[in-house]
Amino acid sequence: MEIQANEILSIIGPANSGKTSFLRTLNRLNELQANVKVEGTVELDNQDIQKIYIELLRKRVGMVFALPTPLPLSILLNVTYGVRMHGITNKKRLRDIAERALKQSYLWDEVKDRLHESAFKLSGGQQQRLCIARTLAVEPEVILFDEPCSGLDPISTAKVEDAMLELKRNYTIVLVTNNVKQAARVGDRTAFFLSGELIEIDTTDKIFTVPRDQRTDEYIRGKFG
Amino acid sequence: MKKTYLSQKIAFSFLFLATLLVVVPVGLIVVIIVEKGVSAITWQFLADIPRQGMRAGGIFPAIVGTIYLVVGAIIFALPIGLLAAVYLSEYAKDNFLSRMIKLAIVNLAGVPSVVYGLFGLALFVVFFRFGTSILSGSLTLGIMILPIIIATSREALESVPYLFREVSRSLSASKWQTIRHIVLPNALPGILTGTILGLGRAAGETAPILFTVAAFYLPQLPKSIFDQAMALPYHLYVISTQVPNVDEKIRYGTALVLLTLVLFMNLVAILIRYRFRKKKSW
Repeated sequence: MEIQANEILSIIGPANSGKTSFLRTLNRLNELQANVKVEGTVELDNQDIQKIYIELLRKRVGMVFALPTPLPLSILLNVTYGVRMHGITNKKRLRDIAERALKQSYLWDEVKDRLHESAFKLSGGQQQRLCIARTLAVEPEVILFDEPCSGLDPISTAKVEDAMLELKRNYTIVLVTNNVKQAARVGDRTAFFLSGELIEIDTTDKIFTVPRDQRTDEYIRGKFG
Repeated sequence: MKKTYLSQKIAFSFLFLATLLVVVPVGLIVVIIVEKGVSAITWQFLADIPRQGMRAGGIFPAIVGTIYLVVGAIIFALPIGLLAAVYLSEYAKDNFLSRMIKLAIVNLAGVPSVVYGLFGLALFVVFFRFGTSILSGSLTLGIMILPIIIATSREALESVPYLFREVSRSLSASKWQTIRHIVLPNALPGILTGTILGLGRAAGETAPILFTVAAFYLPQLPKSIFDQAMALPYHLYVISTQVPNVDEKIRYGTALVLLTLVLFMNLVAILIRYRFRKKKSW
């Protein structure tokens, strides 16, 4: 399958259908765990990702996790974590990077006066937008969202979805979601996974109106899942 | 219904009694030693050298010797123990070799302390020709507390949530950066606690220093790490069994100083752990 630049590809499917595993092969995060075997090839700009230096690959392919995952650091240090690891130490510059990233994830106004507080003091929705800002600060080309709204209330979800639509202009987004409606709302194209297999991939319109496979139809209409 | 309630009550009181039995000896030890020893504690007792064949004077050289030994042991054991723990928890793959290493560490913890003493005598005193010296004693004590430091450090490292590592790596930090910036800082209180517990253990042991460093009677301070030194536990042993007619007050006074030293270290460890738990945010 192909993922095009500046599109949002949503991946839907029931639990254990391999959505997240697929997503985690894209930035080779699966390989952190022992006893994981990876087969096949993934290419980024026609280059096999196994041949890209792994830290560079993860710089180009960012990820937002299912649950808000702030690191036990201050808000500012969380947002700048990635770039600090790349060797940027200039305080002014770090602050600028943080400000830009936090504005992109619509969090700046809520945290600009408390950047040095622990990130754990934020609410769940704020934490998740902080995680998005943290991923953006690294300036990736692709962002992988792994069910980013599964722990959030509807208002926070709407904010995250807005952020994604806005980000589409500059980034390529792959969104794994358990929420079929979310896929319909934000996805340009949608892929349906079942039991580790890709059943169908097409434009979101077609998947949701005239799916080719009966199982896709049944899943979308909520007959199983 | 009433009968079950009664039997439950009886069972509970047995459990409570068993728990109480654990506390009683600890309390008694402290009470008896404080009661008999506290009158010996004077400025002279703490700051003077032993006099009249250790029947009078103070225990200053033994206090200093114990501090030297403990500091020496930790200088040796903390870096090695910490690096080993980092390797075992972060890098080692689960294979035959790493399982053997872990097994060896568990066994090292179970070796009787007198065996460490004999080992230290053979390796450091005789083979490396360090002689009976602070260096030999510190190294021997260091090996003895290595398993404590490794075990507690590993536990502290492994209690840092796996998710933090994943997040850090996903932000394109390298493995070492992740350990350095995320794992170690969050494991530090646990590592510190383990280290202090190790210190307490090293301060209180007699057998490992018996053949490697301890001087029977040395009314002066050591001048270098190649000197012999007195140490509190061994001094207590000597004045309790080897020297006749030592005033009971002096013996219990020495015991009180040793006990205070060890309990104080444990207290510091507990405080660190407590403060960290309160601060911990995940």
